[in-house]
Amino acid sequence: MEVVSSVRTPLITGGKTVGDVTQDICVRVEAKPPKSWFLAMAISLTFLFVGLYAVFTTAWEGIGVWGLNKTVGWAWDITNFVWWVGIGHAGTLISAILLLFRQKWRMSINRAAEAMTIFAVICALFFPFIHMGRLWLGFYWVMPLPNTFGSLWVNFNSPLLWDVFAISTYFTVSLVFWYIGLIPDFATIRDRAKNKVSAVIYGALSFGWVGSAKDWSRYESVSLILAGLATPLVLSVHTIVSFDFATSIIPGWHTTIFPPYFVSGAVFSGFAMVLTLLLITRKVYKLEDYISVQHIEFMNIIIIVTGSIVGIAYLTELFIAWYSGVPAEQYAFLNRATGPYWWAYATMMTCNVVTPQLFWFKKIRTSLWATFFLSIIVNIGMWFERFVIIVTSLHRDFLPSSWAMFYPTFYDVGDYLFTFGIFFTFFFLFAKFFPVINMAEVKSIIKSTSTSDKALK
Amino acid sequence: MSEDKFVFTAGLQKKLLIAKLIGIALVVVGILFVAFGGHGHEEAAAGHHYHWLHRVWVNLWINNIYFLGIALTGVLFLALQYASQAGWSAYINRIPEAFGGWIYVAFGLTLIIFGLGNYAGPSHFHIFHWLDSSLYVEGGENYDAIIAGKQGYLNLPFFLTRLVIYFVLWIMMFRFIRNESLKEDINGGDSHWRKLRVYSTVFIIIFAVTSSTAAWDWVLSIDTHWFSTMFGWYVFASWFVAAIAAITLILIWLREQGHFMQLNSDHLHDLGKYLFAFSIFWTYIWFSQYLLIYYANIPEEAVYFLERVNSEQYAWVFYVNILLNFILPFFILMTRDSKRHTIFLKIACTFILIGHWFDFYLMITPGTLSENGGVGFIEIGMAVIFAAGFIYVVFRGLAKASLVARNHPMLEESLHHHV
Repeated sequence: MEVVSSVRTPLITGGKTVGDVTQDICVRVEAKPPKSWFLAMAISLTFLFVGLYAVFTTAWEGIGVWGLNKTVGWAWDITNFVWWVGIGHAGTLISAILLLFRQKWRMSINRAAEAMTIFAVICALFFPFIHMGRLWLGFYWVMPLPNTFGSLWVNFNSPLLWDVFAISTYFTVSLVFWYIGLIPDFATIRDRAKNKVSAVIYGALSFGWVGSAKDWSRYESVSLILAGLATPLVLSVHTIVSFDFATSIIPGWHTTIFPPYFVSGAVFSGFAMVLTLLLITRKVYKLEDYISVQHIEFMNIIIIVTGSIVGIAYLTELFIAWYSGVPAEQYAFLNRATGPYWWAYATMMTCNVVTPQLFWFKKIRTSLWATFFLSIIVNIGMWFERFVIIVTSLHRDFLPSSWAMFYPTFYDVGDYLFTFGIFFTFFFLFAKFFPVINMAEVKSIIKSTSTSDKALK
Repeated sequence: MSEDKFVFTAGLQKKLLIAKLIGIALVVVGILFVAFGGHGHEEAAAGHHYHWLHRVWVNLWINNIYFLGIALTGVLFLALQYASQAGWSAYINRIPEAFGGWIYVAFGLTLIIFGLGNYAGPSHFHIFHWLDSSLYVEGGENYDAIIAGKQGYLNLPFFLTRLVIYFVLWIMMFRFIRNESLKEDINGGDSHWRKLRVYSTVFIIIFAVTSSTAAWDWVLSIDTHWFSTMFGWYVFASWFVAAIAAITLILIWLREQGHFMQLNSDHLHDLGKYLFAFSIFWTYIWFSQYLLIYYANIPEEAVYFLERVNSEQYAWVFYVNILLNFILPFFILMTRDSKRHTIFLKIACTFILIGHWFDFYLMITPGTLSENGGVGFIEIGMAVIFAAGFIYVVFRGLAKASLVARNHPMLEESLHHHV
């Protein structure tokens, strides 16, 4: 017997029944998209095509078109890469770690969050590829292929190579996890399909799912196994991304707190992006009963926890830099805060540490507008965090004669724009053709957490 | 449900007293060995005379930090249950709640042991090297520019102020939580639970800051030159998994004494998952810190690990630490069944508790006793004394109230817990 305490508030509001769930979610796949969808799609396609020009030029001319110089050899490329990978952490955290913690509120948001994760990781993967210059040869350079394939062995000691393994594994597992969850829902859409084309397509996508007890039993054990596999991956990916910097001896990069602090920052930014997207989706698709204010409040609480962990890490770094007594360390942090990039540092501190603290107020963390605004602020802050770490640590070289600044070119911006184009185009396609909420899982909690059930008692 | 009440019988008290006496006897035997074994008064590398009392002071400090951490993170565990609105654990909350009583004791112990270990000598021994005033005399033969640079943080008045602030904050928040929980037993209703959530959140915030700074003060600053940004979280990880092991062991013991009769294997499974996950978390933090320092190989950082791995006294502890805290718990707790059976949990918890004691031993001893450290009767005896004292305080706390917070709004969820 499962007992639910009276102090818990229902997760699904509006007295939804199991039938309502199917209807409310499937109708978005079956109906013609609203005008706002076409508008949104047009904007993201514009981003995509403008960005495509920049990407084509970068590939044609080489990465000399970026603003890099001999001192700042890494800037927007890796900043954007880390930013996108970080965003790609929320989905799998929601679907894997929150599953292990039996957090039922994840069920309304996991589908969209996982989709977002996958698209964000695709955007992230774009940057190492474009950075290789001749990206058509990239495969030979990053995969450990024997010398007979025409290249030298990769450097197994390099964290950049560990990244290749970590991220490709993470991407594969996330994709499989997401897709397994989609299968029962595809079958529902298939069964409701009015025309042949969608019946065939969704039929193929659902792999002949019939919903038998055996199907469900396998579905559940696979989910649990994948959750177990994905949990260490959520931690390992950003840990290894942090190794890209922390294994070096550059002051400002080499610090032992990086792995857990990067993971926390990744979850922080990932949840911010989930909120940005879901607040719009829930409004346009009228999903207020499924993604209730309570869901938003819980996500905001995760933002405040992870944001505060990041804040403590910033302060720890500052303190230990002073405490270490190493002049280079002390200078690196002093220069961050007061040097020519002080404005980037100030933006980072404000957006990541100060403003998320507003979520301590219940009024703010349950306000949709405040949440939407702050979620964007967080993502700006997290971009600046990576920019600060990367560029301010590099721009003061060991030789003062090499000191330089970094100025982005049109192609730095354009390549970044391109990833926005990819991200939003994919997300809008997903929102149109795939069920944005995991119907099967939400149905499983209708009984124990919806308001109608309580009223009947 | 009939009242589940723990009675701290005279027989039990006697057993703990005997354990304490055995501990004292072991320490005395250990001291005799060290004092008359020909290694009692050697010239240490730093020029200070080594005396067996130094080893006693250091052991007091190791156990004090270790058991304080278990008490503190036990309360943290409790606070996390409230703050996250966890249902499964409501049945067993009183156990970590009883841990808090040790914080009062530790306040006194910390001050006393700090005084003994730094000022009672003999031969000007300091657990904290930075207390040596000759380090700050510019032009003096002991002048140390690096330590002098840290004087703004590492000075006695500021250190003691911080120490008092930590304890006052911890004790204050623990009292709020404990009193509210006891009031809930009498009054019932949701309002106490809501207040407990607020207090717990405040405790978590305070803990998040003070656990790191306390770790810097009390452990990191022993190796005064060395620094690592991860250190605060490393100490936290070590404490926390030890506290969960202590909670689990005490719960299983109470169950075997005929308490907690509605405890089911799903509760144990969840505790087992906690142990498994946080053993891995500790390893993750350990490995991240180690790998980054190993990989970059910067002398002022790498020296910390070199002093441990390349030493006769400590190399084996370095490996035992990983064996007891990662390899054994990882394989023992890996399967679902082992997390649901008390025998496996008992084995794993014992390894974890011993393992994390070694972890603190390895953090504190090389920087204080250098080549004069060892593991012998003094170490075992002192750990037994502290463990008996800790259990005594926890049992007294348990006996003061019902073993189950009977009006906890999540109690029914917890009693019917099923995964």
